[in-house]
Amino acid sequence: MSNHTHELTKGIFEDNPTFTLMLGLCPTLGVTTMVSNAIGMGFSVLFVLTCSNIMISLLRNVIPDSVRIPSYIVIIASFVTIIEMVLHAFMPALYASLGVYLPLIVVNCIILGRAEAFANKNTVFDSLLDGIGMGIGFTISLTVIAFIREVLGAGQITLFPMGSWNGIITIPGIHTWPVRVMTLAPGALLLMGFLKAAYDVLVANKAKKAKKAKTEATA
Amino acid sequence: MSIIAILITYIFISNFILVQFLGLCPFIGVSKNSESALGMGMAVTFVTSLASVVTWSVYQYLLIPFELQYLRTVAFILIIASLVQLVELVIRKISPSLYKALGIFLPLITTNCAVLGIAIINIDEGFSCLQSFFGGLAAGLGFTLAIILMSNIRERLDLHPVRKVFADVPIAFISAGLMALAFMAFDKSLLVNLHLV
Repeated sequence: MSNHTHELTKGIFEDNPTFTLMLGLCPTLGVTTMVSNAIGMGFSVLFVLTCSNIMISLLRNVIPDSVRIPSYIVIIASFVTIIEMVLHAFMPALYASLGVYLPLIVVNCIILGRAEAFANKNTVFDSLLDGIGMGIGFTISLTVIAFIREVLGAGQITLFPMGSWNGIITIPGIHTWPVRVMTLAPGALLLMGFLKAAYDVLVANKAKKAKKAKTEATA
Repeated sequence: MSIIAILITYIFISNFILVQFLGLCPFIGVSKNSESALGMGMAVTFVTSLASVVTWSVYQYLLIPFELQYLRTVAFILIIASLVQLVELVIRKISPSLYKALGIFLPLITTNCAVLGIAIINIDEGFSCLQSFFGGLAAGLGFTLAIILMSNIRERLDLHPVRKVFADVPIAFISAGLMALAFMAFDKSLLVNLHLV
């Protein structure tokens, strides 16, 4: 696998920001009551992360080391303001349901974390790929969590309304007797615990397999 | 809303960690022992109370007169970052013992969702200056309560056999979920029963 593809794909599973790095947890649990919210949040973060990564990478030789964190925060906050205004103007329903979590993208540790750990040391192109990859990884984990919570907790999947379709898929059976707690706060925390454990098992299995393949190759 | 109602709302009914998930990163990261949990809680309470008043004043007397409300996010995060830095300097000068207790937690607070969260909630709820102060105080106290409870649970968990798969972070989340379940007993009807609304 070439280096560039690796920058793009590492965020999706092996360095997944939500499960490995345990960063940006507040929106992860706060907005995942509906699949549409999760996708909206994921793409907002993807946009901010990619733009701020590019910007910081461009300015990495200009920004003095001692004031780098405040500068990063201002750059990130500007992009968050842009996405906030865009959503407010064009997708008011999504804007309303994301509520306080939208401006809170500023303090989402993923973005500042990538700025500090990646964008200020790498080229613009690599930072762009890193931003997109991490953003997609974040969107996927958010969508998975929201999918499980909404299916179990409400027996439906809310997507975006298109034409005459209202965007809601109802699942017969669970819809009549949903496990209501899953859409509430405790369900999010419990599910996060189980998902983290499952993710750790998957990673451990993968590492074991890779090690086995390596020993077989040398033997 | 009366001040007592604000305190009850943000400490119990919409507890920042267990109901609104604000400040979850330090909640999981710094809750391994109760001493540092207390330090973190106190530092957060101090900063949320102070930041609530300062951000409220800046919004009312600077952003609204110049019609710059859209700069809210940028302005607030800068205020919080510089405030945290200032608090760190002042505490170091005035009380070295307090600095020793809170010092290492202060830099972490800048990126704590709870601080920016309460600043934005104060504005969205249309609180007055005094209400904002108590909003900040209550948010911090709610955070402290949750993180201290959590650290005690985790200290006890150390003494019990937990399956390796669930050790550390996953079991912490599950304990937090069970705690959140208990906190669901507090809801809006509490305010009604206490004749506060």
